[in-house]
Amino acid sequence: MRGLPLKRRRIVVLCLSFRPAYHRDGPGAERTSMTRPPAETVACPDCDLLQRIPELAPGAKARCARCGHVLASQSADPLDRPLALTLAAAIVFIVANTASLMGLSAVGRHASTTIPNGAYEMWLQGQEITAVIVAFCAVIAPGAYILFMLTVLLALRRPPAPHWVGEMLRWGNSMQPWSMGEVMILGILVALIKIAELATVDAGIGMYAVGGLVVLFAAIAITFDPREVWRRVEWADGRVPPRAGAGEATGAGAGR
Amino acid sequence: MTTTALTAAQAGLVSCETCSLLSRPAGGAESGYCPRCGGELAQRHHHSIQYTWALVIAAAICYIPANVLPILTTNTLGSTESDTIMGGVVLLYRTGSWPLALIVLVASVMVPLGKLVALSYLLISVQRGSIKSNQDRTRLYRVVEFIGRWSMLDVFVATFTVALIQLQPLMSMEPAPGVLFFAAVVVLTMIAAESFDPRLIWDTPNGRQGHHG
Repeated sequence: MRGLPLKRRRIVVLCLSFRPAYHRDGPGAERTSMTRPPAETVACPDCDLLQRIPELAPGAKARCARCGHVLASQSADPLDRPLALTLAAAIVFIVANTASLMGLSAVGRHASTTIPNGAYEMWLQGQEITAVIVAFCAVIAPGAYILFMLTVLLALRRPPAPHWVGEMLRWGNSMQPWSMGEVMILGILVALIKIAELATVDAGIGMYAVGGLVVLFAAIAITFDPREVWRRVEWADGRVPPRAGAGEATGAGAGR
Repeated sequence: MTTTALTAAQAGLVSCETCSLLSRPAGGAESGYCPRCGGELAQRHHHSIQYTWALVIAAAICYIPANVLPILTTNTLGSTESDTIMGGVVLLYRTGSWPLALIVLVASVMVPLGKLVALSYLLISVQRGSIKSNQDRTRLYRVVEFIGRWSMLDVFVATFTVALIQLQPLMSMEPAPGVLFFAAVVVLTMIAAESFDPRLIWDTPNGRQGHHG
């Protein structure tokens, strides 16, 4: 799956046609029309090297020639498959947060807990800040990520996508590092084993749902290609018609 | 293959951090906003080194109480017992699950410490204008970025243990102050890793490019 590593090609073509950035309320609000920048020239986010991304076959990746950062990966179906997976994730997310994570039986008593209940108990015990951090990493961030992704993917089905779709994608991206499903499931397992020393414990449906959510999140990340979104949204400066008409995707040969 | 590599900064371009569109910076002190996604543009993260240092130092300070103070208090029929992170590791080891003890030890003790050391090293090397082993340093940065979240493990363990074991008056567990400092270390180092700009590793003081490996 490693696909084509970028050939060590140095791009020295200084493209004078790059669109200028703009100041939001400053002068220079009107701009001359310029030709589009060459399709896939990017600067590596990790080392700033300018390079052109070649056309990629589905499943192939382009890596930075200098530092190895994955600049682009071509998904076979960059929008529909992530949408299906995100819908599934939304359902599993609800189950994971409402069903019991684990139960405990000791001396004739039974107790069980859910994810929100765990954060709430922290709050009740006087650890308000920790409770907020736990709630954010375990519930709010994954929930918001699903919500933003769902909005983006649904809005893209009717091109041209309005400009706020890009904004939603940005928020979704910023939620990603804080959504810690896989850390949580390991934490639940360690807690289960620790408590098993003291009492009888049993894993609940919620725990399996968290496991499913981890798999779904990984699958969304693999199948989704943000470049596909940027090809379809309206530009912020409002002057440029979105590049992709209905179903058309230039450059990558992905829109079928 | 004798052509020189050119970075966006050298070409007078700025790359959008959100949508990776290249554009020419608007005039003035600020680079302006991305014409495609409207995100704020910056050649490099603003005050990357200062912010990252501040966060690393804050995390290093929190790291001490996080390891010294107890994170869990167990009440069993009148007797009270407190556990630090290391205490939890030792308990896991003694009860026979040494693989778990190892996981918790790595995630809770070694990863946060390793992150602090790695980020400090990256910051110092960037400040000294080092041009050596750029690829390795970039790789180190990616590792720091990737493993950071796993330190949250013990916070989740504490949360679910506390939530489940509430069998008053027989046995109950309470979170202790250490857990707050511990969560703070994780959050601060995660933000620190995010505020560090890996492109600084590749920037050379006089704008000259190092050799390409």
